[in-house]
Amino acid sequence: MAKSLRQPEGPGVLIRIDSVTKRYPDGTVAVDRLSLEIPDRSITVLVGPSGCGKTTTLRMINRMVDPSEGTILLDGEDIQRQPVTTLRRSMGYVIQNAGLFQHRTIVDNIATVPRMLGWGKQKARARAAELMERVGLDAALAKRYPYQLSGGQQQRVGVARALAADPPVLLMDEPFSAVDPVVRKGLQDELLRIQDELGKTIIFVTHDIDEAIKLGTMVAVMRTGGHLAQYAPPAELLSSPADAFVEDFLGGDRGIRRLSFFPSARLELTSDPVIPLDATAEQIAAPDAPYLLVTDPNGRPLGWSEPRDLVAGDIRPERLLSYGRPFVPGTDSLRAALDCAVLSPAGWAVAVDTGGRVTGVVSQQTIGEAIRSAHAAGRDDEKVAG
Amino acid sequence: MNVLNFVNAFFSDSAHWHGYDGIPTRLGEHVRYTLEALALAAAIGLPVGLVTGHYGRGGNALSLVATAGRALPSFGLLVLMTTLLGFGMLPVMIPLVVLAVPPILVTTYEAMRSVDPSPVDAARGMGMQESRILLQVELPVALPLILSGLRSAAIQIVSTATIAAYVSLGGLGRYIVDGLYQRNYEKVVGGATLVAVLALVTLALFWAVARVAVSPGVRRR
Ligand SMILES: Nc1ncnc2c1ncn2[C@@H]1O[C@H](COP(=O)(O)OP(=O)(O)OP(=O)(O)O)[C@@H](O)[C@H]1O
Ligand SMILES: [Mg+2]
Repeated sequence: MAKSLRQPEGPGVLIRIDSVTKRYPDGTVAVDRLSLEIPDRSITVLVGPSGCGKTTTLRMINRMVDPSEGTILLDGEDIQRQPVTTLRRSMGYVIQNAGLFQHRTIVDNIATVPRMLGWGKQKARARAAELMERVGLDAALAKRYPYQLSGGQQQRVGVARALAADPPVLLMDEPFSAVDPVVRKGLQDELLRIQDELGKTIIFVTHDIDEAIKLGTMVAVMRTGGHLAQYAPPAELLSSPADAFVEDFLGGDRGIRRLSFFPSARLELTSDPVIPLDATAEQIAAPDAPYLLVTDPNGRPLGWSEPRDLVAGDIRPERLLSYGRPFVPGTDSLRAALDCAVLSPAGWAVAVDTGGRVTGVVSQQTIGEAIRSAHAAGRDDEKVAG
Repeated sequence: MNVLNFVNAFFSDSAHWHGYDGIPTRLGEHVRYTLEALALAAAIGLPVGLVTGHYGRGGNALSLVATAGRALPSFGLLVLMTTLLGFGMLPVMIPLVVLAVPPILVTTYEAMRSVDPSPVDAARGMGMQESRILLQVELPVALPLILSGLRSAAIQIVSTATIAAYVSLGGLGRYIVDGLYQRNYEKVVGGATLVAVLALVTLALFWAVARVAVSPGVRRR
């Protein structure tokens, strides 16, 4: 999905961190005069190397840690003014190893906060069942205990438990860092989907820059000593890192990664080199193209071939060259389109609709032009913004 | 005659099954002493262990008290208390409680300290009060260890409660003390056997309690 399409609905600021410093009793300055405006109904990611003060910052928001200086405003009100339990109950809290209650079943784990708020057992369990579905947990797991779940499933339970009382804010501290990359990707996609449905204000801590770029509407890069290095939307972070530290932290292939933020919808497609499986000799000879894409009777891609290797009436799908991974214009980004073109032996990317039917193909050259004009437009935006 | 003959003779003598010196009466007294001492020791050891364990403070002071308690010989304490307080239930209860508090206190403290901190952190973060965190998050997980502390305290009380007989009280110690005095070894062995059986029954009871009280999620079975 092109990231620029997912912007916060309202530009309002829900949480304002105002020049906050945290000095621990042993003298460690974990956070140093940090100011951050956290927009409503969007995902704000705090990212940075280990020990840079991410957890401390997050825990100051629900008062698990009290700032030494500065104030934090929630909806314009100083969080120190409200009772700590009320504040925490308005904020879901998800931690690295889920922190499930091992003596309680999965439903009862999820029903914890509703029960604490005085809901009846039936109602709380019904709510828990609803949340299990929302986070993609099989209802059959309801009566199990945490030790009977995989790490990824436990983490989903942790998210469901945090959402149970429908708090407007969700605080997440490296929630997905203890699971393998495949499960992590699943959890990230699930979080984005849930966020699209629920529109929470999420503050998400990670040390993984790719996770930050994937999830964040806004990304705060912190550096050791609790300083804010840059606070920007991910596309801007990639296009114009504030300094060498941020640039270094972002790592290599910034240019390629930035393409994830450009939509592929405006790419000009052509259907000329696309032929059906039962193509006639004229259909094979007509296009002036080095490679042809053969489709099955349903319009789905089968593979590429040079025209001279094709015999009308006897096209063998197993002898065609791989078409790589097709992209869906409008849903996928320019990065996906480029990737597809690079993977294809023909150097052409295959575009399909959501049903997997070919809508056309596009050459690397056309994609390259689109990238150049997108970058140029991006720079114009920055000039306007800055 | 060997020990088994003594046991056999003791239990088949019908005179041992009736009256104020009969097995049911003495057993009843012994069980009562044990329960009272255990209840008192638990009333002291559990709350102190739970609270200090929850806050993670006072561990050093605790182990000091526990070591001191363990170093006191029960019999000496009984003599001392009887000299100070005269004959009665109190001088017997004090050594038994002093004996039972350290295992309860120390295991409860350790059990609470060994609870995984992340569920506690999660509970606090969702706005749970400290008392609830202690009782509903930490205690259920610490329970197996806490029960094992109570169990060893109970076993120690069962065997040590025999000292009550030295200060003219009842219980199974009566048979042992009187038997030794009368050189009636049948009685001594019979009394000792009863104490051993009671200890085994205590073990079985604690096993049953653990089955019922500890969540399958903690037992992992
Ligand atoms: N309770 C504490 N007492 C003293 N120093 C602390 C305490 N908690 C954290 N620190 C220190 O504060 C700094 C920031 O810690 P914090 O946990 O916020 O980092 P982090 O960015 O979350 O790191 P990580 O990615 O490793 O989780 C570190 O130097 C850490 O050692
Ligand atoms: Mg951290």
